[in-house]
Amino acid sequence: MTDAHLSPRHIPDRLQGRGARILKSWESLLLVVAIAIFLGNSLASPYFLDPWNLSDATFNFTEKAMIAFAMALVIISGEIDLSVASIIALASTAMGYAVQLGVDTPALVAIGLGVGLICGMVNGLLITGLGLPSIVVTIGTMSLFRGLSFIVLGDQAFTGYPKSFAWFGQGYVWWVFSFEFTLFVLLAVVYGVLLHKTNFGRAVYAIGNNQTAALFSGVRVARVKFILFLLTGLMAGLASICLTSRLGSTRPSIALGWELEVVTMVVLGGVNILGGSGTIPGVVLAALIMGMVTFGFGLLNVPGIVMSIFIGLLLISVIALPILWQRARRRLAH
Amino acid sequence: MMAKLLKNREILLVVAIVALVALIALRFPAFVTPASFARVYNDTSILIILALGQMAVILTRCIDLSMAANLALSGMVAAMLNTAFPGLPIPLVILVAMALGGLLGMVNGTLVWKLDIPPIVVTLGTLTIYRGLIFLLTDGKWINAHEMSDAFKGLPRLEIAGMPVLSWLSLLMIALMFLVMGRTPLGRAFYAVGGNPHAAVYTGIDVGRTRFFAYCLSGTLAGLSGYLWVSRYAVAYVDIAAGFELDIIAACVIGGISIAGGIGSVAGAVLGALFLGVIKNALPVINISPFAQMAISGTVIIIAVAVNARAEKRKGRVILRKAEAV
Repeated sequence: MTDAHLSPRHIPDRLQGRGARILKSWESLLLVVAIAIFLGNSLASPYFLDPWNLSDATFNFTEKAMIAFAMALVIISGEIDLSVASIIALASTAMGYAVQLGVDTPALVAIGLGVGLICGMVNGLLITGLGLPSIVVTIGTMSLFRGLSFIVLGDQAFTGYPKSFAWFGQGYVWWVFSFEFTLFVLLAVVYGVLLHKTNFGRAVYAIGNNQTAALFSGVRVARVKFILFLLTGLMAGLASICLTSRLGSTRPSIALGWELEVVTMVVLGGVNILGGSGTIPGVVLAALIMGMVTFGFGLLNVPGIVMSIFIGLLLISVIALPILWQRARRRLAH
Repeated sequence: MMAKLLKNREILLVVAIVALVALIALRFPAFVTPASFARVYNDTSILIILALGQMAVILTRCIDLSMAANLALSGMVAAMLNTAFPGLPIPLVILVAMALGGLLGMVNGTLVWKLDIPPIVVTLGTLTIYRGLIFLLTDGKWINAHEMSDAFKGLPRLEIAGMPVLSWLSLLMIALMFLVMGRTPLGRAFYAVGGNPHAAVYTGIDVGRTRFFAYCLSGTLAGLSGYLWVSRYAVAYVDIAAGFELDIIAACVIGGISIAGGIGSVAGAVLGALFLGVIKNALPVINISPFAQMAISGTVIIIAVAVNARAEKRKGRVILRKAEAV
């Protein structure tokens, strides 16, 4: 989208400076939107600016955002993982099953992360090992993983998680900063560095832009992709620990439909769904926007499904508006 | 000859279905009666109709994730129309549902065609919007069986020549799609656009417009399925057919329709849907918990895509042997 003015027909006299580029970037647009929503919310409801209310509000995006970071990398590399919500369900079911056997918190965490990793490995092997399209494979594993939870649980639920396990979803590190929010910030930094400051991140962009060219420049495409799916599985396992701990119970329908929300978050963050571009700061801002919109509407007693209409409209319009804008400008230029 | 037959995925799928049925028949001969087959077919009819629409979209390298939401919205509007004006002739209600579905498909198609937004993003967005609209229309209320007129509920069950109208309708749609795909320029265009969009442009095919028509088609079929679903199950609420979009895609993938576009057939879509239908109907018979169905269809999707990919693999020269072999 942004490099349309670099096309052969429109060679600019000089390239834009750093400042102009930042001003015109997707992230600054998101920042403006985020600030506008923040101000709008504080004017609309007197309860919005309370630090504890704001802290509560973070819970409705932190778990999804953890997955969104890894998903952003997957999508930048030109693939997609639709099985994340089902991995949450399967990891949660495994933890719930372990609880019935009397397993304690540290082992539960290991089980949650382990199941996430194994699921990610299954996806990665099918996609990179057999060379299958990720969208179909993960639609399949999405049914498979959640299906396994349904086989184990049926219409039952696992409860009785140990008290110490509750800390991951309900505990606070310091003052109003919950464990989940702290983890979100930490992961944002880790993924930001990974994508923007390491060779690995370079490789991810290279693969997304031109897989064959990347291969011929010595990028181990299959290995990088495999690691990305492992990471996504791991993040889904982590999110599963947080969510299960917060809810205190496991049903096979846990986190149903989250894969779409995570993808929405990533795309809203400016990641190109076709791969090749996108940034972690963008995804962070998108997470904040989605969280604040949900929370603000909640304060105004707007039902959840109406919020989802808003998210859907937001998703389409944030992509459509720049295209329309660019078209209008081109028409004016001629 | 034998090798060629085995490479034909429709025949492969028929063999798989026959093997599956034979396996079930070993222990439960009652499953293999004409009446039972007719029941399974009738039960799969809606999935077949939807898979036909999805096939057209996938052939053009797009995807329609909003079909189930479209179905739910059109079905709800049909049910509301019926409760508000019980005297309205049912064919008219069906036409309204189809028109509305077509309109919703047009919205998808326009966004894909005119704004060049990736199809998966468009339909992901409209999926939530269409479902949300049902809530706005109804305030989350259900429309129950007693509120619908008998004619509204009865039509899909009405038997003509020993078969319910639902089955006849799906047969009619299959026949129509055979004609569209095999005998019209539009059907050709679907394949051309998916097979090679650049080449399609040079042969004078408008890629965007073709995709637009594919979405109109899938939307209209979703609208029809909306009426059928609501009248068959005699209930309409926000969450009907939630998650069904994936079953539809699964049917297509199992039927050998390539997600990369350009490859697939009406017979494949129908057989893929039937395969899922047989599994769904056989599980209770062989005493496996219906909860296992999800895991089984997931496994089947993965196997199907692996088998199909093998057949599709282009034989190019391997240059970086070590790297390309992982």
